[in-house]
Amino acid sequence: MSFEPKIVAFFCNWCTYTAADLAGVSRLKYAPNVRVIRVMCSGRVDPQFVMDAFAKGADGVLLGGCHPGDCHYAEGNYKTLRRMRMLNRMLKDMGIEDGRFRLEWISGAEGEKVKVTVNDMVAKVRALGPLDMPGKFKEWDKEIEELEAHVNSDAPTEVAHAR
Amino acid sequence: MPDKPKVAFYWCASCGGCEEAVVDLAEDILKVVEAVDIVLWPVAMDFKKADIAARPDKSVAVAFINGAIRTSEQEEWVHMLRRKAQVVVSFGACANSGGIPALANQFKKEDILKFVYEDCPGIDNPQKIRPQTSTVDEGRTLTLPVLHNMVRSLDQVIEVDYYLPGCPPTPKIIMSAVQAILAGKLPARGTVLSPDIALCEECKRKDSKPADLALAEFKRPHQVQIDPEKCLLAQGLVCMGPATRSGCEALCPSGNMPCTGCFGPTSRVKDQGAKFVSSVFSNIVPKEEKDIDAVLDGIPDPIGTFYRYGLSKCILRRKLN
Repeated sequence: MSFEPKIVAFFCNWCTYTAADLAGVSRLKYAPNVRVIRVMCSGRVDPQFVMDAFAKGADGVLLGGCHPGDCHYAEGNYKTLRRMRMLNRMLKDMGIEDGRFRLEWISGAEGEKVKVTVNDMVAKVRALGPLDMPGKFKEWDKEIEELEAHVNSDAPTEVAHAR
Repeated sequence: MPDKPKVAFYWCASCGGCEEAVVDLAEDILKVVEAVDIVLWPVAMDFKKADIAARPDKSVAVAFINGAIRTSEQEEWVHMLRRKAQVVVSFGACANSGGIPALANQFKKEDILKFVYEDCPGIDNPQKIRPQTSTVDEGRTLTLPVLHNMVRSLDQVIEVDYYLPGCPPTPKIIMSAVQAILAGKLPARGTVLSPDIALCEECKRKDSKPADLALAEFKRPHQVQIDPEKCLLAQGLVCMGPATRSGCEALCPSGNMPCTGCFGPTSRVKDQGAKFVSSVFSNIVPKEEKDIDAVLDGIPDPIGTFYRYGLSKCILRRKLN
């Protein structure tokens, strides 16, 4: 089976979500790989949400907000931009490839930009391949499974450390 | 006279500071020794693995375990202690969240071994000998523990009942935990035995913390003359106070140094580093990408700064490679 990227998208209620709605009523076709979560403001998105999305199996995370200067709450998108610039550095340091996390400003009138952005991101994440953090966590923890069973068996013998 | 409750202390990947913290109880340690029987304490007393292994399951009242888990030996010990103890207390930052040893989760095991045994300046190892898990010498087989691929917190290996935070936990929170245990007045399982509010709440500099922390620059402690009264964040220093649990009575800020986050987050926060970024970086002054980046350049090592004591508990757990 070919790899279908899972993209979690956080779209702000006032601009990007409205744009996604517009893309819908305009019958624009875009890749079905994106799972949209509506938030009141891109500023509501805590860096923990992005990491959590990756940890729970997202291959990419897209965050959409109003253009600078257009935030419904005046400053929310600036807060987003600043903290996500730092998050970007941290994700890079943790080995998450460039392109898996993306921040875009998409106004309520830019249905076309939703389509272009989603399609472009899906293509790029597809090229990067699966991230599969849940699988990685499982793989990493294999090294501690064997010994637990051994120590907790009813007659633990001297453990042979060399495995 | 009924038997005194039996208590075990054990250390895994740690520096010994947590053991020191127990000794720092000073005269209070006599009260502890009077009330309990210590059945294991490798740093101070002579007990062997076989002594603990021979005890019936659940016969030890409390096991205090400090240090992160990096080797199969540590892993084996903590499984055994979990089996023998009724209550396991994760003691200190390394056991709670990986601590300083967990910073190694930014590197592959192979890279660490290669550096330590081959590339490190000052190493003299022309044959590039590395420790082996098993080797035969004069007909005898000698073994060493396996070095795991990553550093884990104690609760990533066994179930933990309570947590004592800190690098190391302070005598005050140790003593109140010991008293609660001896009196049988324990909170819900899984509780961190320290106040569940941010450090800023008990910091003497709190009143000078501005409501809007609009920072235009980050500085490191050696680059500035630190004002001993004013909020450290307001001075442009990375002080982890807002994202760190209280209980230490703001020891570092009282000593004119920023908090580095050793008590870990409060119960509402899942990832201390990400939460710190969320709170402090939202309000820096610039609005343009390149100006924001210039401010962020003031923190050359974000992972080492925001996860200094907690990389094992970062949602992502380790660097992917």
